[in-house]
Amino acid sequence: MVEIALPANSRVQPGKTVPAPAGATRVKRFNIYRYDPDSGTNPRLDTFEIDLDACGPMVLDALLKIKNEIDSTLTFRRSCREGICGSCAMNIGGANTLACLKPIADIEGDVSIYPLPHMPVVKDLVADLSVPYAQFASVRPWMQTQSPTPPDSERLQSPEERELLDGLWECILCFCCQTSCPSYWWNGDRYLGPAVLLQAARWIFDSRDEMTGERLDTLEDPFKLYRCHTIMNCTQTCPKGLNPARAIGAIKGKLIERRA
Amino acid sequence: MGSDVKLRSALGRARGLGSAREGVGHFYAQRATAIGMIPLSLWFVISVIGLTHADYATLLDWVGQPLNATLLSLTVLTAMYHAQLGVEVVIADYVHGETLKFTLLTASTMAAFLLGAVMVVSILKVAVGV
Repeated sequence: MVEIALPANSRVQPGKTVPAPAGATRVKRFNIYRYDPDSGTNPRLDTFEIDLDACGPMVLDALLKIKNEIDSTLTFRRSCREGICGSCAMNIGGANTLACLKPIADIEGDVSIYPLPHMPVVKDLVADLSVPYAQFASVRPWMQTQSPTPPDSERLQSPEERELLDGLWECILCFCCQTSCPSYWWNGDRYLGPAVLLQAARWIFDSRDEMTGERLDTLEDPFKLYRCHTIMNCTQTCPKGLNPARAIGAIKGKLIERRA
Repeated sequence: MGSDVKLRSALGRARGLGSAREGVGHFYAQRATAIGMIPLSLWFVISVIGLTHADYATLLDWVGQPLNATLLSLTVLTAMYHAQLGVEVVIADYVHGETLKFTLLTASTMAAFLLGAVMVVSILKVAVGV
């Protein structure tokens, strides 16, 4: 449901400020959302002043510096630090992106860091993604065939058929797009969202898959698919430069094609 | 249904009641009526501009001509259909209580039918001169 204001127990309060060490010349302020479910208190916004001369170039470097040197309770997901695992997706400077791919220098003024929007928060910058993961599983994201596996070869695909998957296979499931979509905010329990629909398209457009019709059947639903109104926050925010809105449009096109 | 399904698995909730197997018709109709409204609106606006200084009798005479009455009826019916489809989308987006949603969907459909019928009957009354 549309919620204009946060519930009372989710409103963000002012937090602590940790000043930069004396003698720091290039100081950047990081305002970071903190929430500890065990504390029973509201979320708060902590400010850490970081000396950029003693910090790596990316937002993730600053988060790691804070965790290692200032406040070890700061909680966030990270793994590959090169934009391929999708773990460090968060809202940085008002837009969802990967902390490891976002240069600090790209952000003017203070750096605000929040968890992915409109998701339950597990702790600090860790959002609960169990619903999007289940939605992903619900589109059966694996190859489904009826013809038997060729005994002595792979299932072949021409270069042209393979090209149809470009712009789809690169998705790392960070859910930046999913949680940037207002339609997903309002109807996330029923609308599958841009990331899951892009993944669905990845199999619908795979020439080796033989269950295209069944996949389209599953998606043809006023909520699962048609809550997409081409708002395009998904495309604007994708840290991998993909275009979920176009993938969703292509699915809608296939549904028109099979009834025309 | 809201609060008593928390122990259901995430996948069970995501799969939910399954696909309604519809939506493409609504999507297509919304776009088809939008495209249809382009020539109809242009015709209507240009016609009204042409009638700016016409007196009442001239206007009635204009509405009464078969082609004008036909196009006017098509314009209001297409507009009502398109509006109803659009309102449905807004309700589905923003209204979540099942009872309220169902009530609003029914009411908006009835309003569209009623407005469309009133306008067509009015046009026909002028055209046929009953």
